[in-house]
Amino acid sequence: MTLPLFLQHLANALSLGSLYALIAIGYTMVYGILRLINFAHGDVFMLGAYLAFYGAAIFLLPWWATLLLALLVTAAFGVGLERVAYRPLRDSPRISVMISAIGASFLIENVGIVLFGGRPKGVTVPEVMNVKIELGGVSVMSVSVVIPLITFAVLAALVFVVQKTRTGMAMRAVSTDLDAARLQAIDVNRIISFTFGAGSLLAALGGIMWSYKYPQLNPLMGTMPGLKCFIAAVIGGIGSISGAVLGGFLLGAIELLTIAFLPTLTGYRDAFAFVLLIVVLLVKPSGLLGGTQVEKV
Amino acid sequence: MALLETDKVTMRFGGLTAVSELDVRIEPGEIVGLIGPNGAGKTTAFNVITGMNRPTAGRVRLDGKDVTGLARHEICRRGIARTFQNIRLFRELSVLENVLVGCHAHVAPGVFSSALHLPGYRRREREARDFAFALLREVGLEGNADDLAVALPYGKQRRLEIVRALATRPRLLLLDEPAAGMNPQESVELMHLIRRIRDQFQLTVLLIEHHMQVVMGVCQRIYVLEYGETIAHGDPAAIQNDPKVIEAYLGAG
Amino acid sequence: MTVDTAQRRRRHHLLTAAAAVAFALFLLVADRTFDAFSLRVLNLCGIYVVLALSLNLVNGFTGLFSLGHAGFMAVGAYTSALLTMTPAEKELNFFLEPIVPWLAAVTVPFPLALVAAGAVAAALGFVIAAPALRLRDDYLAIATLGFAEIIRVVLTNLQPVTNGALGLKGLPRFAGTGVVWTCAALTVLFMVLLVRSAYGRALKAIRDDEIAAAAMGVDVFRTKVVSFTISSFMAGVGGALLGHVLTTIDPKMFTFMLTFNILLVVVLGGIGSITGSVIASFAVTVLMEALRFLDGPLALRIGEFELFRTEARPGLRMVVFSAFLMAVVLFRQRGLMGTREFSWSMFSRAGLLPRRRGGDAAGGTHGAA
Repeated sequence: MTLPLFLQHLANALSLGSLYALIAIGYTMVYGILRLINFAHGDVFMLGAYLAFYGAAIFLLPWWATLLLALLVTAAFGVGLERVAYRPLRDSPRISVMISAIGASFLIENVGIVLFGGRPKGVTVPEVMNVKIELGGVSVMSVSVVIPLITFAVLAALVFVVQKTRTGMAMRAVSTDLDAARLQAIDVNRIISFTFGAGSLLAALGGIMWSYKYPQLNPLMGTMPGLKCFIAAVIGGIGSISGAVLGGFLLGAIELLTIAFLPTLTGYRDAFAFVLLIVVLLVKPSGLLGGTQVEKV
Repeated sequence: MALLETDKVTMRFGGLTAVSELDVRIEPGEIVGLIGPNGAGKTTAFNVITGMNRPTAGRVRLDGKDVTGLARHEICRRGIARTFQNIRLFRELSVLENVLVGCHAHVAPGVFSSALHLPGYRRREREARDFAFALLREVGLEGNADDLAVALPYGKQRRLEIVRALATRPRLLLLDEPAAGMNPQESVELMHLIRRIRDQFQLTVLLIEHHMQVVMGVCQRIYVLEYGETIAHGDPAAIQNDPKVIEAYLGAG
Repeated sequence: MTVDTAQRRRRHHLLTAAAAVAFALFLLVADRTFDAFSLRVLNLCGIYVVLALSLNLVNGFTGLFSLGHAGFMAVGAYTSALLTMTPAEKELNFFLEPIVPWLAAVTVPFPLALVAAGAVAAALGFVIAAPALRLRDDYLAIATLGFAEIIRVVLTNLQPVTNGALGLKGLPRFAGTGVVWTCAALTVLFMVLLVRSAYGRALKAIRDDEIAAAAMGVDVFRTKVVSFTISSFMAGVGGALLGHVLTTIDPKMFTFMLTFNILLVVVLGGIGSITGSVIASFAVTVLMEALRFLDGPLALRIGEFELFRTEARPGLRMVVFSAFLMAVVLFRQRGLMGTREFSWSMFSRAGLLPRRRGGDAAGGTHGAA
């Protein structure tokens, strides 16, 4: 393995990792607040990509306009999803909420199959994302540079919001103790809606960026990335936004670098995430950046 | 030899020290009280003794043998049973079934002997049922045997929880606020009950309680905790007159 | 036990026996008279009874949330397939890469293969249970889902053993009505006996309040592992039966979607109700087939006139089922039966069977105590 080749793999890993990170953030935010694994998150990712596609294909909007529109619509969808599928079950046993989440996920996927058709659709990648950049024997598409930048920008923005704004403080309060937060006159419903909206927006962003990098859409495109990104969030420490980012990068790196060094394992690529998950759950379930959790008797 | 001994048991949760260097010693047959304001660490002490939490430091000894950090069901089998501050009955099971669960503490039902209803299983079931009924009769609950546990009135639920713990044939019974929510009449009955079961089943009892009447009336010795520290220890008369105890409960001055 | 209760018990047992005989006769008749398609649907119902009960054992009665069922089914299906196919059939399938030598010549009788399928799945379940069951519910869900995916990926890649993505075609049609429904009957019997026993009581205790159960001497972890292992055994058998009814298997069959289908049955019937699972197995299997038309072109006809016709929209059927699942969990969480079981007393109370002196008081809630 030569240095340029290694650097190429590393570059690929970074760009994949930042995609994972972007999506993982949404999972971790929702889990932090509601202790809910939003199975439908991966499908929201898919929706964002399709909305951007149709915006460009049908309404002939310029890519940045359709992107913004898709983000907003998907955010609204995420808020709606929470209202319909999760809020009514907030006081129910966790198993019910999880079943609702799984049901929602399948519903969205199958509605996608019905509406969009099961056959993959090709995405027209905007020119600015399609520029080939060569640097010292390593070549990447510009989109692969844009994605990590966006991810870090998002991370910075979120950390700012969570640490420095009142909404962020309210979010932290709700995620620590929902009932206590309610008693402090925090509008818990608004915070939860905000979290879902923000998380869904990020998922949509991830989905659209994904479609620029891998320009083929299909209604089930969100399933595997969704699962992997949840795993990334767990690895980094579920509930921690920086943990999600770390987990995303780690997962991307492990996935691509393992295949780079051991090409015979390419077929097992999807399994890496799950193996990693199980290792983490056994060794340190709270994840790399997570704290220990105590249950009160 | 003391039945139960805790040796400098300390329990820290992150930055909070719930229990600090607890040294408790209980002789067989005693009824000992553990009191203190809310948050003093009493239930945490119970949790450490029963294996729900592994202590940050210190050891717990039953009959001289170290039981620190053993699995919860193992500690139950060794002879320590408990009730809970917020009653934890099995909601979907009947009164009788709740007690029956305790009956199987020592001989767990095997999955195949249960499913196939083998003769050994059937015999053990019959014996368990007889024992469970006898226990229910002790507290006047035999008429409620088939009722859902959660359907019982509060006072009866507390009694059921005690009897369920007794079904595990303990030597040491830990009662966590058994008199909570009881009126004076019920509290007196509870005191009689505790003494009766102590005598009848050769138990030793450690009891957390806020009801001073019950504590002073039934305990031979009392430990007082505040913020995890043991601030006093002695017989009821001594405790009642201890200025530190009075201050802890009523505040200074 | 009063004389009354003993008499009532005996009467119920007789009724149950009579019903069982009646159903067996029905199966006999169906086997002779149903067309191949209807018979297949009937047998699928039976297989789903086995699968739903196995999932209910873990999710309903033990209170764990396991999403890995498809993995155990896959293992069972492949085990049985590889053990029952003749060397000639195997050679036909493994054209890309020959099968591993130690599997090439092995052919065992079907009952043995079924048991082996269950055993291999159980062994896998045991191995997975030991680490996974220490996790909290949602983590357990993801971990089991993860294991199922790992199994699927491994099956897809182990070309010399499983024929990889190509799958196996032409499985011998050993899973006839008799076999399937015997397995279903045995499963129901086992579950009923287990749930009413002391072991079942321990399971319910764990599900209700794990902390209290542990404090009362129940070895929670061990009970969970045993439960999980048995459930895996049943799932393996179910998977094997499924494979032999469908006669082809490939890794893409055993995705989360399959687990979802079984979960749907369990939720619909009521998590924690054996009766519910049985009824829902029939209902969902039949509905799945009946609603197949939704995936094709839909036409509105009046007499001879076709008003309009939509194009085929595959996936509509699953949309309906997903929406249905969500409706159930949102509006009637407890499903059809909740945690209740069937009892002949229900008919007495409804006036369909004569009442006995003293009435049928608590018969409906737990079954006989």
